[in-house]
Amino acid sequence: MDKLLRLLSDNSTYSTSELSMLLGESEQAIKERIDAYEKQGVIKGYRAVINWEKVADSGVTAYIELKVTPTKDKGFDEIAERVMAFEEVSSVSLMAGTYDLGLTVKGDTIQDVSSFVSRKLSTLEGVLSTATHFFLKRYKYDGTVLTDTAVDERCMQF
Amino acid sequence: MDYSKYLNKTIQSVKPSGIRRFFDIVNEMDDVISLSIGEPDFRTPWHVRKAGIDSLENGKTWYTPNRGFKKLCQEISGFVNRKYNLDYNPDTEILVTVGGSEALDIAIRCMVNPGEEVLVHQPSFVCYEPLTKMCGAQAVVMNTKAENDFRLKPEELEAAITEKSKLLILSYPNNPTGAIMTKDDLQVLSEVIIKHDLLVISDEIYSELTYKDKHVSIASLPGMRERTVVINGFSKAFAMTGWRLGYAMGPKEIIAMMTKLHQYCIMSAPTVAQYAAIEALKNGDKDIEHMRSEYDMRRRLVVGTFNAMGLETFEPLGAFYCFPCIKSTGLTSEEFCTKLLHSKHVAIVPGDAFGECGEGFVRVSYSYSINHLTEALGRIKEFLEEL
Repeated sequence: MDKLLRLLSDNSTYSTSELSMLLGESEQAIKERIDAYEKQGVIKGYRAVINWEKVADSGVTAYIELKVTPTKDKGFDEIAERVMAFEEVSSVSLMAGTYDLGLTVKGDTIQDVSSFVSRKLSTLEGVLSTATHFFLKRYKYDGTVLTDTAVDERCMQF
Repeated sequence: MDYSKYLNKTIQSVKPSGIRRFFDIVNEMDDVISLSIGEPDFRTPWHVRKAGIDSLENGKTWYTPNRGFKKLCQEISGFVNRKYNLDYNPDTEILVTVGGSEALDIAIRCMVNPGEEVLVHQPSFVCYEPLTKMCGAQAVVMNTKAENDFRLKPEELEAAITEKSKLLILSYPNNPTGAIMTKDDLQVLSEVIIKHDLLVISDEIYSELTYKDKHVSIASLPGMRERTVVINGFSKAFAMTGWRLGYAMGPKEIIAMMTKLHQYCIMSAPTVAQYAAIEALKNGDKDIEHMRSEYDMRRRLVVGTFNAMGLETFEPLGAFYCFPCIKSTGLTSEEFCTKLLHSKHVAIVPGDAFGECGEGFVRVSYSYSINHLTEALGRIKEFLEEL
């Protein structure tokens, strides 16, 4: 994998000059490569990793397993597109295994999420069943440890 | 009791390390962001830890043979053969020790007599001079220079040799400078070594951490194997510092003598560590490669940033340190480090801790995450702007 992408996925705030030193490439080359990735849609955006548990009134998140009936020509794509159009839905993936679509859904309260699932999601044509799991605590998210970071236990030796 | 009357006079005459005093100040302060640690920040690879755990679960907690497990010696022999083109008989020419440190200590003790001279280049790791003195021998210091990329030049060695010279201790890739010696550098040096019939201890603990060319061991050059003890270990290559495991390789006569000393003072290196080390040598190549590639990125970042700040830093090609020159600030190494510590809470090590000729330099370890390095470098930049 390109180290440039790995570095940016760790920390999107690296400056071009830092990336240039880390990778041993010119700043110009780094700029051009990032531009190309943006144009190709490989880099889709830059955002902060927020530990929402430390933010008051940040709402609740649920992970929802969806079993669906694929449509004749479009397979799972058609239903996935309808599901992701809801603003409550923050991620949608097609899964291998015992269910078809995996969703994360955000809401202000558990009741909001429940009502979204029962009224909007499970009533969609093609949805066979749903299973809703609420997140209680996140320890690590997308590579970032969210619980308090470990201290450096190394001792100073000669 | 006046203990000075009772205790060993030779050991009393050895000064405690100067670096300690600085570390004591650091340890008393909160909120210090350090670039002073001299060990990998990586954890020992999981499959290596697992091999240690398995040995404990299976109750394999006895002493090993004095030399170390035969299987481990065989793996070491194979590893140094494919990596450095060295050829050592696992039954007679390899000794497993408690870290490279023990290997250094007993090698020096086996090689020198009181009154003889040991040639030590500086800046370098702090133990060579004290260990020499504890044998009643004399350390003769050769100062390597920034303009030579801190490599030991044949004329510098030649100038330090007297009729008492017995042993040269070589330490490349070098802590604290990050300097290396190429095959050509070693070739010209070996001519002087052979001409004056010196023994050599080559401390190659950082041999897996080189960033341009592969490490060359002086023992692989013509005429050198018979007069050289190579010291290496698992701490730096496999991030195994706390396991305390190293090894010495050399002619069987020297290794036999070191084994005699080792069996009386140590008996055998830790058993659990030896099981883990066998796994590391067998299946650890990709771990080394991963760590090296991470260090390499950090190395470029740190060196590039120091040079951009106006602190001239020669490009280190080995280990995980860089050695910026701070003479342009008008401060001594210790003043620089103390002021930086108090005003920005960043800890780095004064260069003179590694020999007087390290004055005017500071040692910066890049064995830290990139985010940690970026934060610390930002503070050093502020410090320089406020000077």
